Amino acid sequence: MASVLELKNITMQFGGVVAVDDLNMVVNEGEIVALIGPNGAGKTTAFNVITGVYEPTNGEISFCGKPVVRNHPQGKMKAGYKGSCAEYYTGKPVISPTPDQLTGLGMARTFQNIRLWKTQTVFNNVLTAMHSKSSANMFSAIFRLNAEEEKRQRERTAEILEYVGLSDVANELSTSLPYGKQRRLEIARALALEPKLLLLDEPAAGMNPQETAELTAFIEKLRTDLHKTVLLIEHHMDLVMDISDRIYVLDFGKTIAEGTPSEIQANKRVIDAYLGVAEE
Amino acid sequence: MKILLPYILSGVSVGGQYALIAIGYTMVYGILRLINFAHGDVFMVAGLVMVYLAASTPLYIAIPATILITVALGFTIERVAYKPLRTAPRMSVMISAIGVSYLIQNLTLYITGGLNKNYPEIPWISDKITIFGTTTTRVTLITPFLTVALCLILVWIINHTKIGMAMRAVSKDFETSQLMGIRINSVISATFVIGSFLAAVGSVLFFTNYPGIVPTSGSMPGLKAFVAAVFGGIGSIPGAVIGAFIIGICESLIKGLDTILVTQGVMASPFGFATFSDAFTFVLLIVILVFKPTGLFGEKQTDKV
Amino acid sequence: MKTKKNLTSLILPVAFLILVFLLDQLIKPTDSMSMLLTVLQKGSVYALAAVSMNLLNGFTGLFSLGHAGFMLIGAYTYAIFTIPSQARDSVYQYFDALIRVSFPEVLSGALGGFGYVLGIALAVILAGAIAAVFAWLIGLPVLKLKSDYLAIATLGFAEIVRAIFQWQKLGPVTNGSNLLKSFERTSTFRITLGNGTVISFATFVPVLIAVICISLIVRLVNSTYGRAFKAVRDDEIAAEAMGINLARTKQLSFCTSCFFAGVAGAMMAMVLSIAQASNFKVAMTYEILLMVVLGGIGSISGSIIGAMLFISASEWWLRGLDSGSFLGINAPGIFRNGFRLVVFSLIIMVVVLFFRKGIMGDRELPEVIQGWRQKRQSRKRRAE
Repeated sequence: MASVLELKNITMQFGGVVAVDDLNMVVNEGEIVALIGPNGAGKTTAFNVITGVYEPTNGEISFCGKPVVRNHPQGKMKAGYKGSCAEYYTGKPVISPTPDQLTGLGMARTFQNIRLWKTQTVFNNVLTAMHSKSSANMFSAIFRLNAEEEKRQRERTAEILEYVGLSDVANELSTSLPYGKQRRLEIARALALEPKLLLLDEPAAGMNPQETAELTAFIEKLRTDLHKTVLLIEHHMDLVMDISDRIYVLDFGKTIAEGTPSEIQANKRVIDAYLGVAEE
Repeated sequence: MKILLPYILSGVSVGGQYALIAIGYTMVYGILRLINFAHGDVFMVAGLVMVYLAASTPLYIAIPATILITVALGFTIERVAYKPLRTAPRMSVMISAIGVSYLIQNLTLYITGGLNKNYPEIPWISDKITIFGTTTTRVTLITPFLTVALCLILVWIINHTKIGMAMRAVSKDFETSQLMGIRINSVISATFVIGSFLAAVGSVLFFTNYPGIVPTSGSMPGLKAFVAAVFGGIGSIPGAVIGAFIIGICESLIKGLDTILVTQGVMASPFGFATFSDAFTFVLLIVILVFKPTGLFGEKQTDKV
Repeated sequence: MKTKKNLTSLILPVAFLILVFLLDQLIKPTDSMSMLLTVLQKGSVYALAAVSMNLLNGFTGLFSLGHAGFMLIGAYTYAIFTIPSQARDSVYQYFDALIRVSFPEVLSGALGGFGYVLGIALAVILAGAIAAVFAWLIGLPVLKLKSDYLAIATLGFAEIVRAIFQWQKLGPVTNGSNLLKSFERTSTFRITLGNGTVISFATFVPVLIAVICISLIVRLVNSTYGRAFKAVRDDEIAAEAMGINLARTKQLSFCTSCFFAGVAGAMMAMVLSIAQASNFKVAMTYEILLMVVLGGIGSISGSIIGAMLFISASEWWLRGLDSGSFLGINAPGIFRNGFRLVVFSLIIMVVVLFFRKGIMGDRELPEVIQGWRQKRQSRKRRAE
């Protein structure tokens, strides 16, 4: 199995706070991998580093075998660096892409606090996401020389909405949808980019058990039908244990465990992290 | 040095006047996150009110009355034009501010007929004096001291009184302060009252040095004072004052640069620097925004993903 | 259905242009209705300026207040490249003019009447292009700034531009602080036929340019780029995560907007017959912004309506407020110079405070009309 995403020694330090320390993680093709941990463990920070919102303080990220992000402590951070493995990447060239460049490589994400384009319809939310895929320049767009491509994109949008089950609300305003459907629309929008890797940030947050079960089946379907690789952050343990191939557990920025769902369920450190350690 | 002195003196004086306007901008921005475009016009109205009052009343009545009327104007603008938009997007409030500025300018244009109104002579402070061999007016010397004194009083109010504490709280977090029982509207009104008071004082000092007032007299000093506030780090009062002094001195030096360089024999003919005395302020603005958007003393703000 | 829609969207502007052309011939400058022509001329200048500002402020969410500066660049570019050679020295009376090319003159020498039109068109396009180049340069540093910082930085840029154009050292190009005149302007756009009949294009030309430019903007807004602009406006972080390059998209929107601002500046020079830097003050930007607000931020037809109403009211309908009598009321004491602008700014404040969405909100005219139709039909159905 080839790796789609590989994180090596990723450290993210904000001022004096190390939010993620020495995170090593591999997501292989076709896998569903979950990143879990108590609140404030650094999961979303890790996500933001992977998608280019933050530049890591140290470490390297590879996508499909090629390094796409790399950094080592520099400037002011050099003296104040509190993470590990500082020397691994000094001397190697820094790679610091913007989020859209990383997206262009073939990853797409959703957001924990839903970030749909609020004034746009459901249909346009998906269609707009295809902008980066379109080959039209401004002139061909103004003079409609890209009509063929535009038509294809519209058809594809309709297909995606059909697939995720939002066809009936295609012309509604995105914000008028109920919460669960908004989350689904975020996934649809990510699918419009035809990514190899889908990054889902708490896709089931705020959902009831019924909706969570539906979502679990839906993510499973993404893998079997569309052959997507998925990395997700989630607090609903039913969902995580049901569909994950492997799980990484973070606590206070450090990886405390990794393994299959059954291994994680039996791991003492994980249980301690979630339930707290009894005084001895 | 001898040749630079008059320019530096007048620069410090103008800087002090800008500082008094800049405090109004920086306080309002700190609390409402609004560029109060009408503030420069309030400053201009203060000048005009003084012109009309001084024509009919003695100065010891005219000056306090001017300050009072200006404060009332600032208070009214906030209540009428900004308060109804408290929950609206920031852009709407800014547009409202631009609308108020447009209204004030047109209203004064109508009242004055667009004529240049001569500013009254204020006996003691307009007197000519000589220091270090340079002749200047007394107001030039008074301004920086008065500005610094007022600024210190203001900082004391903000750090040591109840309303000051409320102001600091509101500027940190608008919603939470509201939930904690701070009466937002009175805090905001107080901010506008203080800002307008200082603008009125500034206007008395500023226009004494100029021959007259037209309806657009306020917009340029207003914009420059805003730049000063940004330069010093918006929301910070000492920052605004320091920024204003720097801008005032630079502007005054640029105005005199042609004369200085020609008389020193550096250049044969004037280069036309004076054309850029206003533009310079904005170059400074763009440079500071690009390299240090938070200004000299501003606090950093980040968006949460 | 689709071809029918395309056809109506073509017929309407053409019919409008024919009407304008006829009005140009029928209304003589001495008629009382000649105000209509003035309004159409100035209105089309401001309509284009307002629509281009709306592209930036309304559709991309970049609050820029530099429009007057870019219009100034456009006005000067157009003026400089259309002054006929024999008028050049009298215009630049204090300077030795550096640029001595007049596009319409050179091209009409080579190609006749067609060359003249081409020359004007070239000068207008160049006006836009140079404004866009300046926009690109200033956009590199300032487009990273957030809302009001961007507003104040672009406002500052406009002031810098004004200072540079008035600088005596640049006199050989810009004529320093003196105005530019005698260039090709709307009042010279006329053909005298063999029998002495004069066909005037004074109103037709600015209206035509505005119609062409605005329809280009409409097409842009409805394309994939327009969707990207709106995505940036609604949520920058989501847009970036969906592969939209923020810097490039903002820069595109900014340069396009400023290109059309430059064209509007050229039109303004054309209509007013002069170009003078001191006219392009911040107040002009404010007025354009208020037109956009009046019409509705995010609505192109709104901006056009806003601009036309603004110009009609200030140039025509409310004239009486300045000159003694209005609606039959005679009160020279109150209705004197400047009262019109006071009433006008009060109306605008009312719109800003109480009708925040403006006339159109963020909808376009066809949607609104369709909405009315549907309402009427459903009412009819209920009645039956």
